[in-house]
This record gives sequence, structure tokens and C-alpha cells, in this order.
Amino acid sequence: MADVRDQRVIGELRARIGAIEGGGRRRCGVLPFGIAVLDRGLPGGGLALGALHEVNGEGPDLAHAAAPALFVAGVLARLEGPVLWCLRRGDLFAPALAEVGLHPDRVIYAESGGDAAVLPVMEEGLRYSGLAAVVGEAARLPLVAGKRLQLAAESSGAMALVIRRCRRRPEGIAEPTAAVTRWRVAVLPSAPLAMPGLGRPRWRLELLRCRGGGEGAWIVEACDAAGRLAVAADVADRPAAPAARRAGG
Amino acid sequence: MTVAHAQAMVPALLVTEADADGDAAALERLARWCLRYAPLAAPDPPDGIVIDITGCAPLFGGEAALLADLDARLDGAGLAVRAAIADTWAAAWALARFAAPAMIAPPGATAEVLASLPAAALRLPPAVAVSLGRLGFERIADLAVIPRAALALRFGAAVLERLDRAEGRLAEPIRPVSEAQAPAARLTFAEPIGVDSLAAIVRRLARMLCRDLASAARGARRLDLLAFRVDREVAALRAGLAQACRDPDHIARLFTERLGSIDPGFGIEAAELVAQRTEPLDARQLASGLGAVPEPDLAPLIDRLAGRIGARRLFRLAPVESDLPERALRRIPALSPPVAAGWPDAPRPARLLDPPEPVAVTALLPDDPPALFVWNGRRRRVCRADGPERVFGEWWRTPAEAAEIREYFRVEDADGQRFWLFRRFDADGTRWFVHGLFA
Repeated sequence: MADVRDQRVIGELRARIGAIEGGGRRRCGVLPFGIAVLDRGLPGGGLALGALHEVNGEGPDLAHAAAPALFVAGVLARLEGPVLWCLRRGDLFAPALAEVGLHPDRVIYAESGGDAAVLPVMEEGLRYSGLAAVVGEAARLPLVAGKRLQLAAESSGAMALVIRRCRRRPEGIAEPTAAVTRWRVAVLPSAPLAMPGLGRPRWRLELLRCRGGGEGAWIVEACDAAGRLAVAADVADRPAAPAARRAGG
Repeated sequence: MTVAHAQAMVPALLVTEADADGDAAALERLARWCLRYAPLAAPDPPDGIVIDITGCAPLFGGEAALLADLDARLDGAGLAVRAAIADTWAAAWALARFAAPAMIAPPGATAEVLASLPAAALRLPPAVAVSLGRLGFERIADLAVIPRAALALRFGAAVLERLDRAEGRLAEPIRPVSEAQAPAARLTFAEPIGVDSLAAIVRRLARMLCRDLASAARGARRLDLLAFRVDREVAALRAGLAQACRDPDHIARLFTERLGSIDPGFGIEAAELVAQRTEPLDARQLASGLGAVPEPDLAPLIDRLAGRIGARRLFRLAPVESDLPERALRRIPALSPPVAAGWPDAPRPARLLDPPEPVAVTALLPDDPPALFVWNGRRRRVCRADGPERVFGEWWRTPAEAAEIREYFRVEDADGQRFWLFRRFDADGTRWFVHGLFA
């Protein structure tokens, strides 16, 4: 009985804190993933529009840079409107984005070089209403810069996504962030097929930090041609590792 | 001679319509270009240009240097030119057409230089020239010894007039072309100002300029802001626009963000905003259909970002019909119309290595995908593979490419990491490369 009352009190407190936090903020809606277990963990039931999200790879080198890019492209594919993609290095290969539903006609690239240029270009793009989202590839995302991006995203309602491209071991995972959510996308071995060949890629998607929500980890099948993720078929019926990681709820 | 006559003489004769208006316009354009040498220049139809270089030659290092420079530049533009310098227009006309190329008549010696030229060099009406020749007047020197009254009586005033003009006894004014004026707005200040008040000035200049552009139904594509400093220096800022535009707020914003880079020195006494390049821009009908969502107008954003990182580094990508992944893309301007089709259907990696990195590979059978390879300092055991996708070099480019054959495999290692490997067959056997990374 006491447990239930505690839950209610905590719920009320959360609502009040949320009201204080979002006092002057315009609510821009959310973009659901369409996967119940994933959307349940996110406030509002999806990835917030008009907010900053941070996506990390599993490791520092190029080998781990593909999955975050495709995860982001899958999110963008489900938005409508033009997108600004701020490149750090010229290794992104656009045909792959088309495969997950992000048509290349929607993407404007800005080859801005180092972080010092990427973040201001992103901010400029976010302040301009008319873009659906702005993506930036940056090695570091300092707290102040992140805060600026977040405010800029709130002002226009565009989604801001930062793909972290650290050179060394991603100590970035531990450092504080102004982003509303922080994700980590890692590749997993795909499910074996009955015949030789490659099946749909499989990712371990971790929500490391989420303002107003919990943490979580899920095993998902990578984006399809429309940018949608799916729960892996053979783990759909049982909770995989996430239950253990969802500390305290 | 008629065209039929000419064609009878030269069977393979190429005949083109004469375009007198086009020629005149081109000549005027060239005359305008010649304003780089002197403030006065004029087209002299049908095939000449006159430039009044009085006082301008020292700027180019003397008359000979000026002539050489003019000759070299026009030659570089593919024009065959004969040029000459003399005291008078008529004398220079004669020298350019009847004397050795690049002739310069020394000052005051025009009569001597002209003496040996044929009478036609006086630019006489054809009838007069013919009757002069019939009477044996072949050179200008022959005319000079005849009494003036007799000449006028026999051939009319034209011969004397031309002679006087050539030798400078009669002035021959030229009607110069004016430089094409770029639309500009200028403000001069009573007191020198600093950079902090320049922002408001730029906004005012932009409003003035846009009013002019609107009445001319044009929009600016490139703008220069010139700040004239008290010490006679000029500080300049340039801004390009992705689309023709005459919105004063947008134009002003392109400059106000960068005003900090202007060094005002002891103060700025005048400012000018010049539309260096303009394009026609008509008033446009706004979308009025019910439910029609207007396309977001990205031009202002593109302009602002271009001001920050440069217009070349803002682009969209369009497919190129090439099987080689390195050549499958080309950059197009950010606001180009949609390309829609032409993207490859086969799976492509999200990150492409450029250039492809060679790897050491172990395969169980020669034709099999690899079982093991080393990349980035790690051994990777291949669990699953798909392929091959065979790609041929573009033999029409170079002979070397005719022999280029690649076989691409998609492989997944034990961690689930997916690679795009290819093997290349060349003279020293088969070599393997990593070309990209899937997720």
C-alpha cells in the first residue's frame, strides 16, 4: 500500500518538476519509434522534436561510425522536410542514407571541418525555421555549446542530432550533456539465415540518459527502407538484457 | 560578289548570315572592356575601337608596354587585332590599318609617318578614293604638295577635312561608352563613424538598394559593401546569394554578422553597397491554394551559412551513372531542383573509405569470400558473407581501367560488424581492400 502511495507522490513530483522545467518552452511534439517498449521509456512517447539528441558509437574508430549515422538517418527518414547535415570528414556515403528512406534530395550537406565550425553552423541551421532537422558530426559537445543547440532547437522546433565522433575511447559517454537524450548504437551479430548471405543487421540500442525518463537497452533490427526499427524477432517475446539495466525505473 | 558567285569559286564555302546588331553589341562590349586602359573609349564601327590614352600610358609603363599588354590580352581572348598609337584618331586609324603592326607614331611627327601611306588611309568616301587613284594620287605625300584650294575645288571638302583631322589641325571628338553601372547605394557621413554604427547604416543602404532593384525588376546575386576610411583606404566585404534576392532585411543580415572584420582605422566617412551581379527577378505569385503547404524557403539560410563556411562547402549530392563507388556522386548547388532518380539499388555502406585500404586476407578457396582478414590492427573472423557484386572499370577513360575488375563482398565478422571488401585482379595477382563500413 505504502508502495503505491510513494509511486503516486513521485508521479506528482515529476509532473511538477516537468511543469517548472518546461515553463517557457514550446512543446513541439514527439516522433515515436513505433516500438512500444522503446517509446514507453521516452517522455511523451517518442523522440522529442525541437530538442537536442546525442548519438554515440560503440567505439572511437571509424569501424563504429556507420551504425550511429544510419540510426540518425532512419530518424530523419520519418520526419518531413529538408535536413542539414554538417560533416566533419568526407566519409559519409549518401547512397546508404537513401537505403534507409532518407532521400538525398532532402539533405543539404555542410562540410564545415572541425567542431569549432560544426556547432555554430548547426546552431545557425536550427535557428532557421524551415528545416526538419539538423545533424552534426562532432568530436566534443561541451555543455555550453549543447545548451545553445538545445535552445536553438526549441526556438524553431527542428530536431537537433549530434553524432559523436571521438578519436579516443569515448570518455564522452560519462561527461555531462545538455542533450535531452543520449544514445549508444552498437552492432550485434545478425540472426543466421537458412541460406548463405546476410540478414537484416541487428543493433544494441542503449538509451544512456534521458531527461524526464529512464535508461534502457534494447536489441533491435536496424532501419528498414522507411527508416523504421523493429524488435528482433527472436527476442520479441522475452525481455532481453534491458530489464536488468533499467535501474530503479 | 554574290553568294552564288562565291560558292561557284569555292565549292566548300561556309556561309553565315551577317549579324550586324550582334557585331555592334560585341564591339561595344569590347570598347567597355577597353575602359581598363583609359577613361575614354568608343566603338568605331564596323571593326574598330578608339581609346583616348592621353596621360594614361605611364600607368602601364609607357606606350609600347600599353600596346603590348592590350595586344596580349586580346590575343589571349582569341581576337586578331591590329593596334597603333598616334597623336590623332584619324592618324591612328590609318596606321592600324595600313602600317606595320603595333606602330607608334612619335609625338608631333604624324605628317611624316603618314606621308608614305596610301591615300585610302585617309578614310575617304569610296567615290573620292577612286577618283584620286585615277588621277595618280597614290600616297598621302602626293596630296600634301597640292595647293589646298585646288584640292577642295576638284575633290570637295572631304579630302581636306580628313587631312586636317589626321594631322591634328581639326579636332575629332570621340563619343565614349559609359561603364555599365552596377546598382549601388551610397551614404556619406558628416562625421567619421565607427564599426558599431555601421550596422544601422548597412540596413539603410540595403533598403535604398532594394528600392532601386525593385524598380528595375532585378535581384542581387553578389553584393559588395565598401567602407571608405578617412585615411583613403577602402575596407570591403563581399556576400553571395544563392538566389536572386531584394529583401533588404536578408541582405543587411548577410553583412551585419561580419562587420566585426572591418577595421575602421580612424573612422569611416562613406559607405557604399554595390550589387555586382544582378539577375532578373519578377514579382511572384504566392501560393494561395487551400491546403497547399508552401515549400520552406531555404535561400536565406544557405546564404548565411555560405557567408560562414563558403558556398562551395554547402552542397547536395546527385547520382552519377557509374558503377565505381568513388565516382557515384557529384556535388550540386544546395538549392538545385530535385534529382529524384538514379540512385544505386544494391546495398551501399554508410561510411566509405577513400582511398580503399588494402587488407591481408585468408580465404579457404580461391573464389570464396575471405574467412579471415586484418584491418585496423585487428583480426576479424568472417561469419557471414554475401556476394560477389562485380564492377568493371570505365574502359573509355584510360586503358588501365579497361583491365580493372573488382568483386565486392559484404561480410559480417564475429562482432556483427559489416564490411565492404573487394578483390581486384591485376598483373601481380589478387589483392583485397576494405572499401566501406555497413552498420
